[in-house]
Amino acid sequence: MKPAPFSYVRPSTLDEALAVLAADPHAKVLAGGQSLVPLLSMRLAQPSTLVDINGLPELAYVRTDKDGVRIGALARHADVEADVDAWRAQPLLRQALRLVAHPTIRNRGTTLGSVVHADAAAEMPAVVSLLGGTVLVASVDGRRTIDAADLFAGPLESTLATKEVALELQVPALGARTGSAIDEVTRRHGDYALCGVAALVSVSEKGAIETVRASYLSVSLTPLVLDLSEAFADGTASEANLDAAVEIATAGVDPETDIHATADYRRHLAGVLTRRVVRDAYARAVAPDPEGAR
Amino acid sequence: MTRQPEVLAPDALHHVSFTVNGAAYEIDVPARRLLSDALRHDIGLTGTHVGCEHGVCGACTVLVDGRPMRACLLLAVSVQGASLTTVEGLTESGDRLGPVQQAFKECHGLQCGFCTPGFLTTITAGLRDNPDPTEEEAREMVAGNLCRCTGYQNIVKSVLRAAEIGREGGTAEAGGGEA
Repeated sequence: MKPAPFSYVRPSTLDEALAVLAADPHAKVLAGGQSLVPLLSMRLAQPSTLVDINGLPELAYVRTDKDGVRIGALARHADVEADVDAWRAQPLLRQALRLVAHPTIRNRGTTLGSVVHADAAAEMPAVVSLLGGTVLVASVDGRRTIDAADLFAGPLESTLATKEVALELQVPALGARTGSAIDEVTRRHGDYALCGVAALVSVSEKGAIETVRASYLSVSLTPLVLDLSEAFADGTASEANLDAAVEIATAGVDPETDIHATADYRRHLAGVLTRRVVRDAYARAVAPDPEGAR
Repeated sequence: MTRQPEVLAPDALHHVSFTVNGAAYEIDVPARRLLSDALRHDIGLTGTHVGCEHGVCGACTVLVDGRPMRACLLLAVSVQGASLTTVEGLTESGDRLGPVQQAFKECHGLQCGFCTPGFLTTITAGLRDNPDPTEEEAREMVAGNLCRCTGYQNIVKSVLRAAEIGREGGTAEAGGGEA
């Protein structure tokens, strides 16, 4: 398989990259390329020009402060996964990155690239949606931030303009007395998930559940976040409450049948995984030691 | 406004330089040349095998600055300046087998051998990160590589045996090729 011919530039400054993107509406940004290069090889994508940002090493960073984690456009999944400060601030990042393809892919693929690739069957768009992250983008006209809620327009379609490049992913720190968890079911290790669920559970100082939110992958056209809090009105993670949460989840997802699984099976998995991750996230929210919460 | 860099025509050749197994190479390739094809056709190192060509099978895995990556998911132009290690670079001086190669030989870790280059590079890097893996960790290490012959059992044994050879010393540094 060979990609169709395209022009290629490897800018040495961000301004140069932005100038090329502004001049050519069919140009595409190349970062890790672990999703883009297969699309090129299968000729599902035929950009006129590739703007390779691998010549901008200043974008390869993971920075953590009390507010959260900021991930540059060239930070590879493996770098984010291994970053201890990032893990302490927002453990769901590492929990989810371990499910992204295989280590070999994570060595090259970028976390921000995965987000703006906007695949509703991928982990990072679902995680960023759940956490309420933002993406900083730049063009020749200036910079703007896009909230995760406004980022995903459709399958493999983000709301970035063609002249824009995503510079930084901003993910808030995990809140106090909050636990996170993610799990998924795949046909084979490292494959796309038939269904995946990430959850955040927050509890009061006395340990009563206050909010439960869950994010779903592979069961909708864009990442889907559901508020399951009403199922836990009495503040406990009782089986009856988990049953109610499962009911909200299975009614809330809208999966499609394909060669890998039927819609009914995916909906069933959404329920099974909701129970599992809410229970795990709750256990971490009430864990007495900070490490146990992660 | 910033000057726009020159955008060459789609069929233009790009001058790319990198090192493979410690030797410097300079090649002129179109932008769309995949690294896997550049290694095989432009440089003539056919040890890197091309299976699925879309990142699923792992046969084309090479080390880029020491990290395993899919050569079929990299453009040759995009690894300008990188230090690459292919399966040819895993052999020790005097054509002695490296520890992972030796282990595959001892444990029958290959049958047809098509997938083997990708396993060898992946495991070489994996054992550098984790020199003493459990069986489960060994399985995880090779989970991104497909083999249609062996059923994987002997490959997992080979990982554990390679770790043992590494611990016995002498050949633990095989396959680096770069500083």
